[in-house]
Amino acid sequence: MLQILNEEGKVRAGAEPALAEEDLRKMYRLMVLTRATDAKALKLQRQGRMGTYASSLGHEACQIGTAFPLRPEDYFFPYFRDLGTYLTLGYPLADYYHYWMGNEAGLRTPAGLNIFPFAIPVASQIPQSVGAAMAARRLKRKNAVVCTFGDGATSEGDFHEGLNFAGVFQTPNVFVCYNNQWAISTPRSRQTASETISQKAAAYGFPGVQVDGNDVLAVYAAVSQALDRARAGDGPTLIEAVTYRMGHHTTSDDATRYRPDDDLKAWEARDPLRRLQIYLRDRGEWDEAFEKVVQDAAAEAVEKAVAEAESRPVATPEDLFAFTYKVMPPVLGEQLAELKRSLAGEAGQ
Amino acid sequence: MKITMVQALNQALTQEMARDERFVLLGEDVGLDGGVFRVTDGLFQKFGADRVMDTPLAESGLMGVAIGMAAFGLLPIVEIQFLGFIYPAFNQILSHVARLRNRTRGRYPMPLVIRTPYGAGVRALEHHSESTEALFCQIPGLTVIVPSTPHDAKGLLIASLRSEEPVIFLEPSRLYRAEKQEVPDDPYEVPLREARIVREGADLTIIGWGAMVPVMEKAAEEAAGRGVSAEILDLRTLAPLDREAILASVRKTGRAVVVHEAPKTCGLGAEISALIAENALLSLQAPVARVTGPDITVPLPKTEDYYYVNPGRVLAGILKTMEF
Repeated sequence: MLQILNEEGKVRAGAEPALAEEDLRKMYRLMVLTRATDAKALKLQRQGRMGTYASSLGHEACQIGTAFPLRPEDYFFPYFRDLGTYLTLGYPLADYYHYWMGNEAGLRTPAGLNIFPFAIPVASQIPQSVGAAMAARRLKRKNAVVCTFGDGATSEGDFHEGLNFAGVFQTPNVFVCYNNQWAISTPRSRQTASETISQKAAAYGFPGVQVDGNDVLAVYAAVSQALDRARAGDGPTLIEAVTYRMGHHTTSDDATRYRPDDDLKAWEARDPLRRLQIYLRDRGEWDEAFEKVVQDAAAEAVEKAVAEAESRPVATPEDLFAFTYKVMPPVLGEQLAELKRSLAGEAGQ
Repeated sequence: MKITMVQALNQALTQEMARDERFVLLGEDVGLDGGVFRVTDGLFQKFGADRVMDTPLAESGLMGVAIGMAAFGLLPIVEIQFLGFIYPAFNQILSHVARLRNRTRGRYPMPLVIRTPYGAGVRALEHHSESTEALFCQIPGLTVIVPSTPHDAKGLLIASLRSEEPVIFLEPSRLYRAEKQEVPDDPYEVPLREARIVREGADLTIIGWGAMVPVMEKAAEEAAGRGVSAEILDLRTLAPLDREAILASVRKTGRAVVVHEAPKTCGLGAEISALIAENALLSLQAPVARVTGPDITVPLPKTEDYYYVNPGRVLAGILKTMEF
């Protein structure tokens, strides 16, 4: 398993990726922002201000490490637990909250970002990301395509079909599996008898790499190398980032029903933020004052985004009907009118 | 020139792919083999392996790939070898193709056409004879098209390819080579969402589509011999329905017989009957009749005819409705 920062935050000799100090600090800021955004979402959900929410707690190294080496022209196919990736790529935090608060509009990727909206069905984005890569190549674009998913997704047919297509057509894809050990209550051992998830790549005719998913530098290095391969026309790569889901599956789940108590303690010791923090401190890049600045900035960004998301108007009945077809058929026009009459009637009562 | 439906579809694909380089065709055996029904014959030679792609045997993967292509600049045309093999791709169609325009508020529309042969009457193996159009008609966002003539096949396919809507284009395998018809050489569109009056009549409206249209025509011919003037409506677009055409015809004739190959229960005939009941009840002189396949699995070839809707069964439906 590829590891650059060990669990004490110490560097394996000679393994450091070439990252400027400013980039390292930026990574740390993004990890802190992700954690703050996530914690706030859970609070809002308990207050009834957010819908059912899938926490990214513990996945910060996977997410920031995956997104950090992407270029603006690359395409990204996320899954539903990808907060840090979204934030790293510049997705507006308020939009992200807006979606999880129950508004489709929050999922409309802003112009200039190539983020395909995540989906709730599992693994279906994998072959979609391969099609995007095939399109990019056909249109003579030089970009790569990154697709993320969890360990549960590797049991789905679409995982096999997508990776198989990628191998056959030698597409510029990078597949990143956040192996967080759980698909709701089903453990990784129940998903596959394979020793690792990364070894499955061999069956599709391309390399697979297993990395420490709580080591942001290792994830960054593995994804960077896979992106280089993809851009050079050398084909796809599967990366397995081994991590742990520190939260419940979603706010509707209670992991205490099935998760061994010892697991959390063991994995808390491998916390991805702490690891990068120690590394920065050892390099003289981190102190308490810096920490305060980073934490305050994250808290401020989160509060601003919540205020913005909550102040947005909810969708109109027109919004619900306007995007079903390119050209709205008359039957939808009638049903829209009926809904509006009904809403007006309710308002009048 | 007089050509078959297969040739008409081939012309449509050839002309549109020549017109716009963003069109790519993908499916199983669509390349050198030209598709198992030869609809894509010659396209591989004309447009090359980059635009006419034989894919692994994986319908869900194929559909997912087409989605990614449609999202990032191409106009994919997917061939599913038979409707009976589309079900592994159903999640990609239902959860993604149909929803993406709405769930991204227009950022990622899905301009793709999914072509597939359907229907009984060709003495095929199991899973090659079903007519499950209703499964797709209930999905918001999908356009479902079924041609019944070579002329309509070409014009409807071209219109589908240009529509920027996700289209399920169902080709009646029984009619692929059933007749030759005069078809213009140049590209042309037959408008989507518009039914066609195949035959005008005054006493009763027969409503159907695809491979049932010639069956309905034979039945109407026989009914004429018995003094019944039947109008025939070929829906062509099954979703969204041309409600105005259905209601206008039924208001004129006062009677309706809906014909489809699919099982009766929850078939599209149920929707059409309800539409007429909701909007034209006072025009009706008899209950709407449905002449359909029974609610059973399509039998194997030896007894396929027990299942298949034939002109005699349609005629019986017509006469029963007239005698009400």
